[in-house]
Amino acid sequence: MNTPLRRLAAMALAMSLILMGSVTWIQFFQANRLNNDPRNVRTLYREFGNARGPIVVAGTAVASSVAVDDSFGYQRQYAAGPLWSSVTGFYGITGRTELEQAANSDLTGRSDQLFFSRVRNLLTGGSPQGASVETTLLPAAQQAAIDALGDQQGAVVAIEPSTGKILALVSTPGFDPNVLASHDTAAASAAYQSLLSADGNPLLNKATQEIYAPGSTFKLVVASAALESGSFTADSTLAAPTRLSLPGTTATIGNFGGGGCGSDPITLADALRVSCNTAFAQLGMDVGESALSAQAKKFGFDDPGIAIPMGVATSKFPTGLTQAQVAQSSIGQYSVTASPMQMAMVAAAIANGGTLMKPYLVDAVRSADLSVVNTTTPQVYSQAISASTATTLTTMMQGVVTGGSGKAAQISGVAVAGKSGTAEVPNNPPNAWFTSFAPADKPQVAVAVFVKSGGSLNDEATGGKVAAPIAKAVMEAVLGR
Amino acid sequence: MATVAPARVRGGQGVGVVLLVLALLIGLAAYAMVGLGFAGTVPADVAEYGLGMAVLAFGAWAVVRWRAPDADPVILPTVVALNGIGLAMIYRLDLSYEARGRSSYGFADKQLVWTAISMVLAMLLLIVLRDHRTLRRYTYTAMVASLVLLVMPLVPGIGHTVNGAQIWVRIGPAGLQPAELAKLTLAVFFAGYLVTNRDTLALAGPSVLGLRLPRARDLGPIIVVWAASLAVLVLQSDLGTSLLLFGLFVAMLYLATERVSWVLIGLGMFAGGAAVVATVVPHVHARFDVWLHAMDDDVFNKAVGGSGQLVRGLYGMASGGLFGTGWGEGRPYLVPYAESDFIVASLGEELGLTGLLAILVLITILVHRGMRAAIGVRDGFGKLLAGGLAFLIALQVFVVVGGVTRLIPLTGLTTPFLAYGGSSLLANWLIVALLLRISDDARRPAPAVRTSPPTPGVGTPAIAVGADVASPTAAGPGEDDQPTQVIGRAR
Repeated sequence: MNTPLRRLAAMALAMSLILMGSVTWIQFFQANRLNNDPRNVRTLYREFGNARGPIVVAGTAVASSVAVDDSFGYQRQYAAGPLWSSVTGFYGITGRTELEQAANSDLTGRSDQLFFSRVRNLLTGGSPQGASVETTLLPAAQQAAIDALGDQQGAVVAIEPSTGKILALVSTPGFDPNVLASHDTAAASAAYQSLLSADGNPLLNKATQEIYAPGSTFKLVVASAALESGSFTADSTLAAPTRLSLPGTTATIGNFGGGGCGSDPITLADALRVSCNTAFAQLGMDVGESALSAQAKKFGFDDPGIAIPMGVATSKFPTGLTQAQVAQSSIGQYSVTASPMQMAMVAAAIANGGTLMKPYLVDAVRSADLSVVNTTTPQVYSQAISASTATTLTTMMQGVVTGGSGKAAQISGVAVAGKSGTAEVPNNPPNAWFTSFAPADKPQVAVAVFVKSGGSLNDEATGGKVAAPIAKAVMEAVLGR
Repeated sequence: MATVAPARVRGGQGVGVVLLVLALLIGLAAYAMVGLGFAGTVPADVAEYGLGMAVLAFGAWAVVRWRAPDADPVILPTVVALNGIGLAMIYRLDLSYEARGRSSYGFADKQLVWTAISMVLAMLLLIVLRDHRTLRRYTYTAMVASLVLLVMPLVPGIGHTVNGAQIWVRIGPAGLQPAELAKLTLAVFFAGYLVTNRDTLALAGPSVLGLRLPRARDLGPIIVVWAASLAVLVLQSDLGTSLLLFGLFVAMLYLATERVSWVLIGLGMFAGGAAVVATVVPHVHARFDVWLHAMDDDVFNKAVGGSGQLVRGLYGMASGGLFGTGWGEGRPYLVPYAESDFIVASLGEELGLTGLLAILVLITILVHRGMRAAIGVRDGFGKLLAGGLAFLIALQVFVVVGGVTRLIPLTGLTTPFLAYGGSSLLANWLIVALLLRISDDARRPAPAVRTSPPTPGVGTPAIAVGADVASPTAAGPGEDDQPTQVIGRAR
């Protein structure tokens, strides 16, 4: 019976080979799919089990992983959590946001630039080490912004105009990322759920993720378009009626407070200084939709690709408008929308002689052995306006602060250029804006401040009253005063 | 019928010693690396452990040299290596269970004790059983023993249900799975029964469509075995064992009769029976459901009888990838029963695809050494027994690993030599003892024939064939199952 024995042996061999195929199928061909299965708790363990790189502000880690003795191995900790929550976001079982998300591949050590350090780990048997992400932030500016905002809901963005470095990025209310980084799944989920339903939506970054009507701060864009067109100068006179009827409708536009603008006609510079709505509505119609749209795009509107590295919500200047809608848009109403980051970019472009630098948050990435993997070099986003237009606008904006709606932003001994904005919100107190830069002659910081629903002043709020003092505090912090 | 199978008489015992040292080193290195990977230090008792294993292994080696000097030198080292790898993995899981505060751990200590007991008993068997043909005397004793062993878990008082399968017997502190031992006794019974009845089974009966069908009265024992394995399936809800026992019988039936019709009838009967049972018995039905829809959310999340364990095992293997996480560096403890049913997934995770393939190769080597013993041995009983036992190991591994990798439905079988479980370890070591015994016979030079060796080149074909058989008198048609005195008494 050796023939059937040989056949049976062949059958046993075939069975072994089938098993080898089956094992190979699981561990090689299907491995990736299985490893990425959202139900696979190992993926989470693997992520948490590695030494994740820190997020560093001015040489101090604001987010770091420390070895702990639980099944994950490392606990993410946030020093001064709420202060930096709008920058770091959180990293936990429920997900990750902001830099923790945007710089994830660097923090985990899996980015392409870290390839060689991974190979070295493979050969030496070391476990992968995340790279540290060093930010451009200035702790004093961040602290000043969060202090000045206080209990008010809003956002502050401060940018170094010459480079695009983001010096402060605040959205209030903040949250404590430590709670969300808990390894206790139930506790982390509960914290996440309560933050989702919390007043002011702390998990939503108002500085970058939300767009609002920019109000009168958008007049900077209209003024830029007018000056760039060559048909207007700071001294051009504009009609400034108490009410302006909008063509093709029965609607009218009035000025803030219902009065006039001090004189009629009025110069462009004075119109900006007192934030004359009727003059700017007419100016916008004269300049035209296409010129306004083109100018807005140069400042970064309608660009979905802006990332700092977190994606920034796309600010919008709508097209296909009637003349009446162009008039409304020109004073930052109708459907013009901008993020605080966008308005900071507008101020930064004017401050930097018309050259808009790409805003960025990550200065350098350093691998675990402290060698620099990647340094960000400042990049030009666009030449938003000419240098001469920038100079003219700067002078006009200085007028706003010295004798207009932005007096609250004055800093003694420093020339400040600014523009306030008060955006009407139906059935709600207005949103207050202020965007400014200082020193006007050699700008070191450009700021945009947004205070939601009037902040502490409620219906009485204006950009000049609520937002300007916050901008002042942040600029002072950057200038070291 | 047997053609020329030259009995190569090679000692190979020197190679055997080298392989045995290698096998011991594999187990010992694994043990040390578990400590290194888990705690950063080599376990404190690594020297004692190594010494203990060396004493056991070389003790076994000495017994083999003494009682079965011509036995295949590869079998023992292969099994020692597998046993060592299994012990290291169980020890590694113990460390995790202890660290994570699980109430039940200490599997490694028990497994170590069982290893010692199994090896000693296996060597005792080798010492006592001087000739495997003696077992043929106990053909029907083995049958009765098999039935008793299979029924034991159903007896109130000693029977014990674990995870829906009533396959345990608890006597005092010791838990036993009698079905594991029944594999052995059934193999002996099948071999004895089939070697006696193979001619009737093979040659009688009408031929239909080129298949020679068996006579109805010859179907009797097959019906009995079929009913018994289905009874195991239904009454004990043990799909794996019933598949194993039936597979063993079909394979040995084929060996004895060379009739494909028997295989087809057998497989058909089992498939039909299993299909009926699968639709009727919820526990078995759930297994099929899990197999077919493992990745579905509702099946995965089902608290009881869901695919969670299976899929977690797959996750573990996937996370091991090509080279594994290394001993003590993975998370195999995330899979329920990682030390027993799912030890293959644990090994796949920490040793990677490479390691798991190496283990499968070891098992393949063991199976083929068994098959080679079957081919080499001269008597039909020995051929059937060795072939059946070797195939049994292959089938059991196929059912387990196939189940864990979702090739076939998952059944609760242990992986031979690797998985935690005393009964399984004991039964498999006893199988090894039998394979050693038979291979010793297969490889032993036939002294009586060689008194006047034929001059090379002058030897007649008849003598060349005779070299394969026990004695010249036994040569001829049906040479490999000549009745002996021993068999005569068994009747």
